[in-house]
Amino acid sequence: MSKRFNATTRYRFTSWTVGRQGRDPATACRGGRSHRAVVPLAVVSVLVAGAALSGCGRQPDSDTYTVLNSSTDETYHRWDAEAMARCGKQLGVTIEQQSVPAAQVMTKSLRMASSKSLPDIVQFDASEMPTFAEAGGLIDLRTLGLGTGDIPQGIVNFGSYKGTYYGAARSVNTLALFYNKDILAKAGLKVPTTWDELRESARTLTHGKQYGLALSAGGAEDGVFQFTPFMWSNGGDERQLDGPRVVEALDFWKSLLKDHSLSKSTVSWTQADVNDQFMAGNAAMMINGPWQVETLNTKKSLHWGIARIPVPKAGDKSVGPLGGAVLTVPDTGDRAREKTAGRIVACLSSEKEQLTYALNSWMVPANEKAAAQWRKRVPELDALADQVAAARSRTAEVGAGWSSVSLALQSAFQSALTGESSTSALKRAQQRATSGN
Amino acid sequence: MTTSTVTVTAPSAARQTSGASDPRRLRLRRRLAQWGFVAPAVVFMLLFFGYPLVRNVVMSFQHYTPKTFFTGEAPFNGVDNWSKVFQDALFGKALWHTLVFTAGSLLGQFCIGLALAVFFSRRFPLNGVLRSLILLPWLVPMVVSGIVWRRILDQDTGVLNSFLDTIGLGGHTPWLTSPGMALLSVILVNIWIGIPFNMVILYGGLQEIPKELYEAASLDGASAWRSFRSVTLPMLRPVITVVLVLGFMSTVKILDLILALTDGGPADATQTLGTLTYQNSFVQLDFGAGAVVGNVLILVSAVFAVFYLRANRSEGK
Repeated sequence: MSKRFNATTRYRFTSWTVGRQGRDPATACRGGRSHRAVVPLAVVSVLVAGAALSGCGRQPDSDTYTVLNSSTDETYHRWDAEAMARCGKQLGVTIEQQSVPAAQVMTKSLRMASSKSLPDIVQFDASEMPTFAEAGGLIDLRTLGLGTGDIPQGIVNFGSYKGTYYGAARSVNTLALFYNKDILAKAGLKVPTTWDELRESARTLTHGKQYGLALSAGGAEDGVFQFTPFMWSNGGDERQLDGPRVVEALDFWKSLLKDHSLSKSTVSWTQADVNDQFMAGNAAMMINGPWQVETLNTKKSLHWGIARIPVPKAGDKSVGPLGGAVLTVPDTGDRAREKTAGRIVACLSSEKEQLTYALNSWMVPANEKAAAQWRKRVPELDALADQVAAARSRTAEVGAGWSSVSLALQSAFQSALTGESSTSALKRAQQRATSGN
Repeated sequence: MTTSTVTVTAPSAARQTSGASDPRRLRLRRRLAQWGFVAPAVVFMLLFFGYPLVRNVVMSFQHYTPKTFFTGEAPFNGVDNWSKVFQDALFGKALWHTLVFTAGSLLGQFCIGLALAVFFSRRFPLNGVLRSLILLPWLVPMVVSGIVWRRILDQDTGVLNSFLDTIGLGGHTPWLTSPGMALLSVILVNIWIGIPFNMVILYGGLQEIPKELYEAASLDGASAWRSFRSVTLPMLRPVITVVLVLGFMSTVKILDLILALTDGGPADATQTLGTLTYQNSFVQLDFGAGAVVGNVLILVSAVFAVFYLRANRSEGK
């Protein structure tokens, strides 16, 4: 990042000095009044335009490899930098990271693809990877020598598109039920495991300023991510949004809101907002992911526990969404560099690095052996490891069409939670999701 | 030079006229100079306004997808993008929201801004301090305002509802969480942001009105309201036009504030053309459809620009 910045400033500086030098000879030799101002102006504008255009190209340094990721948080950026330094040392190369906000990774990569300046490795959110793969931008990691022997099939699928393995996950996450141990103990309640129990407990725990449950039904991917465990555990299918199983799941959300067990603000909350509410004691339970653990642990007086997300009926399987990022090697046309990039991905997603990263970030290692060790080290998140083992990828069924499904679904559950019937809201969503493609 | 028919005797006179004597060369030189002055502006406009504009129009007739970035190929697909966007129920909604948002924001900003400008054009203690305090919303970045207001307007824990509760006015207003209220809330926040701009420009305009006019009006026995209507408003007209046009331009394309406040929700209640373009282009990566909505937005602005130019021309006469 700093490298790019320097290059731009240097260009700007150059064009400015040349422009100024250009002014004196012009004034000296012509003497024509009109030319005096015109020539330098024209020179400057041409130079500025030239600098702006040539600024697009990037000359790769032979031993420096670039990773584009979304580690803009200081902690993540540091953990990544440390891992890259270790792998770089092992492979004898320098690895640099360029971090942009998560929402910009895709658009930035596309722009870089059109200007033929793709980085050597891109870390995509797994739900976005199929879009880039479908456009033909990624290299099959198996051809670069990466194995999938120790990775559970679900996580291999998570990094695959149409059967080709494009993305190596270092760690994965999913959603679970977080609960405030003290509040539940005081009310003499057990951790709910079915929808009925969840509804009952949430109702009992709602009083005064405290809501029984907090979840995010915000108008972005956050809300959709949170809806999927309810939809999938009930047997719903994202290809049939108006199916009865999806309607039931949405009706269950509506019933929680009707009971006042959920705040009406649920429709405007992100998952971070939900975590804030839980930490402030405004919610006895919440649906959230392990990336909040770091923040939760900063409040020493808060005793929280974690459990699988309740299922419709006892004995049903709790299916959550798989979340997380995958490391991919974009097709840059330079086979030798791609090979090395493959080795870097292999190193960053090796058992040892996965464990380090997972312990830092509280997420579950993708590799089975690393996950087994991780369970021993972090027993309090055991429930999460179970949930991950049964979790499902959002793009497994609809691939690159996920963004249309997601937008349609957001609008549907927001309409339903603010008054419309689940059936009609989801019927419209189904139309919208299918007309989008 | 060769066709010169001037009979010159004195050498000094000859030197003086040798350059200027040729009218064609002179004209050419002047023309060249004129174009030279215009050239940077033209190059700039073509490069940074003309090209993107044309590109955007062309793109709206193309099947422009992530694949295009790799292959460079974006096949033309006629009016497919246009019909797809126009058939989408969300487009009509977004267009309506944009119009309501723009009209509501401008009306609120302008009326309150004008009232404050008139108020501050009197002399009273602390006038300067108060006037500069009112500028604060203008100095805060839009996204920061959005995030702060999102907290203030939270239904359960927001300051506004707590305050309303304390003074016994309910305090359960679903500002941002009810589809019926959200658009109004967003407009109110935007009015808050826009007041300083309107006030500053209108205040400047008020200072330009000669005091004699008011004296004359009061000698004629005009009431305060009458002199406001018959002196202030007509004299302010050019400034009012500028304020409204600039306000329109910055309001109709609203995106950042809405993304920070509601993300277009709940249930698409605050989707505008700006957020729809964003969603089409950068979430669904359907750049063709995004370009269509963008073009509609440009068209709306262009219609308004024509009105503005018309108004300006009649003023000039």
